[in-house]
Amino acid sequence: MTPLSSPDTNADTDTAPEDVDPTANGVADPLREQLLATLAQELGEGLVASHLDPGRDLWVRVTSSAWEQAGRVARDRLGCRYFCYLSVIDWLPSPFGRSMDSDVDNRLEHVSPKEPEAMTHGVTGGDTRFQLLARLYSIADRVGFTLKADVPEDTLTMTSWTKLFGGANWHEREAFEMFGLNFEGHPSLRKLYLPGEFEGFPMRKDFPLLSRMVRPWPGIVDIESMPGVADDEGAE
Amino acid sequence: MTAVSERQQLAYIASQAADMRLNVELETEGMTLNIGPQHPATHGTLRIIVKLDGEQVVAADPVPGYMHRGYEKLTEVRTFPQVTTLINRIDWLGSFANEVPFILAAERLMEVEAPLRAQWIRTILFELSRIANVALFLGDMAVQLGAVTPVFYAFRDREYVLNLIESATGGRFHPNFDRIGGVKDDLPKGWIAETRQVMVKVHAFCDELDALLLGNEIFNARTRGIGVIPPEIAESYGMSGANLRASGVDWDLRRDGPCGLVYDKLDWKVWTHPDGDSFARYWVRLQEVRESAKMVVQLCDGMPAGPIMAKVPRIIKVPAGEAWVSTENPLGEMGYYVVSKGDLVPFRVKIRSASFNNISITPWLLRGVFVPDVITILASLYFILGDIDR
Repeated sequence: MTPLSSPDTNADTDTAPEDVDPTANGVADPLREQLLATLAQELGEGLVASHLDPGRDLWVRVTSSAWEQAGRVARDRLGCRYFCYLSVIDWLPSPFGRSMDSDVDNRLEHVSPKEPEAMTHGVTGGDTRFQLLARLYSIADRVGFTLKADVPEDTLTMTSWTKLFGGANWHEREAFEMFGLNFEGHPSLRKLYLPGEFEGFPMRKDFPLLSRMVRPWPGIVDIESMPGVADDEGAE
Repeated sequence: MTAVSERQQLAYIASQAADMRLNVELETEGMTLNIGPQHPATHGTLRIIVKLDGEQVVAADPVPGYMHRGYEKLTEVRTFPQVTTLINRIDWLGSFANEVPFILAAERLMEVEAPLRAQWIRTILFELSRIANVALFLGDMAVQLGAVTPVFYAFRDREYVLNLIESATGGRFHPNFDRIGGVKDDLPKGWIAETRQVMVKVHAFCDELDALLLGNEIFNARTRGIGVIPPEIAESYGMSGANLRASGVDWDLRRDGPCGLVYDKLDWKVWTHPDGDSFARYWVRLQEVRESAKMVVQLCDGMPAGPIMAKVPRIIKVPAGEAWVSTENPLGEMGYYVVSKGDLVPFRVKIRSASFNNISITPWLLRGVFVPDVITILASLYFILGDIDR
């Protein structure tokens, strides 16, 4: 709600929508364009990038310091009072994913592990490994949008939304235990699903999925021969 | 309405009083009561720790996670078609409905649209899942109030619907029937006629419960004005589905959400109730089952002919991109945020399940209520543990 007070922000009114092309599908989307324009006006430099898929969806990326303000603007100015979800994306390419074979496979086949690919970010880009992701919806206008923000690498701390949306409480607890993010101002940041003594952050990409370490990838089971049969087939 | 707002005020005063009493030193020490993890009202293993002052709840702390299966992690090591097997088990009473938003998200990324007949089959199975799911609630809510008969009716009549789902998909509980680009099979011969007959039974079931419960004095006393959720609180907690509509918010993704189902071709109505109490939540769901039964009959009437699968490659690689699709599932808004990097597997899938948000309101909602009402309020919110824990 509060307009940015520093005088130098006024000059930068044209920073906001970067890759918006309202005629991409030949569909105009005045509702979402209006929503984006209001956000850009209210947040000023806090809005980093946006992406509009006309008639379908809108993505907005804000700076980590503007995260709380973005939520407040969305709630109070845009009427997006319906809190859909809050989550995290870990953009680190998984060292245990489909393209990277499991440790057991590598040892069986005497293959050295592949080099991990470079980290890329999705819609609206990004600079950090973790990105916070939330969706807000306006029931009156029947329109919603996805809000993203980079999470600072050094502190992994973001401002909590619990004062804005009651529902953020559990979602932030989930992000805390699964990704190891911290939320400043959260009333009781403790584990939600996991037992108290659990160590590690399971949803991070570098947290191994243990069942994948001991058994091959289920997608390739049907083209692999069964254990024990492999040698016979090779002899034929 | 006036009676309700008075009750609302009283409930507020009671919660304030509960707070004050906690602060008075000379007061008797509060008691901590552990409900669950195994309790009939919890539909699985939800544990709720309530701090009591006499019969009143001072603080409630739900402890989910006893059924956490890590589906978000597991989706990252499954190909797109394999994911439906997992997500079938999120809300196990309305399994088919879980598959639809994920498949729609994948289709959106692939720019594929299912043929019209496949969309109709999806919609009809979606509504049958809703009937099967919510019918159980209609009986189960009565059990929490001490009336055992309705749940037998519910199990009996739900079975007809499950038989329909089984004969069409092969799976009674976990159909795994939805495919990227269409559905797995066409409907079997005679299925449409049978469905019409079952829908007559569903209407009769709703009338029966209506007569059994809605006018019942005990049912009214135990549910009216109990567990009132104002619409703005419900929205800020992200409550959805019948729970939100029972608070007077006219929002239904079947009507308001853009999605690849054919609800816009049907004649139906979104039911809301202004009270926001346990009774309203029951009433709205009862009307919705009736409405679904009407919709299924219309779907049977208008079923178009044609192919059931669009042209999709045999090995499905989903182009890089991000998509969010949510649908109005039996329990509320269920959606998937799918991030693909152009690979066989999704890079990240955020599963937004309805019960997670619906139950996250309980610490707020249960303050100041009496112990027996804890059970009825939980039952009226209607959650499936698999849908919370994922």
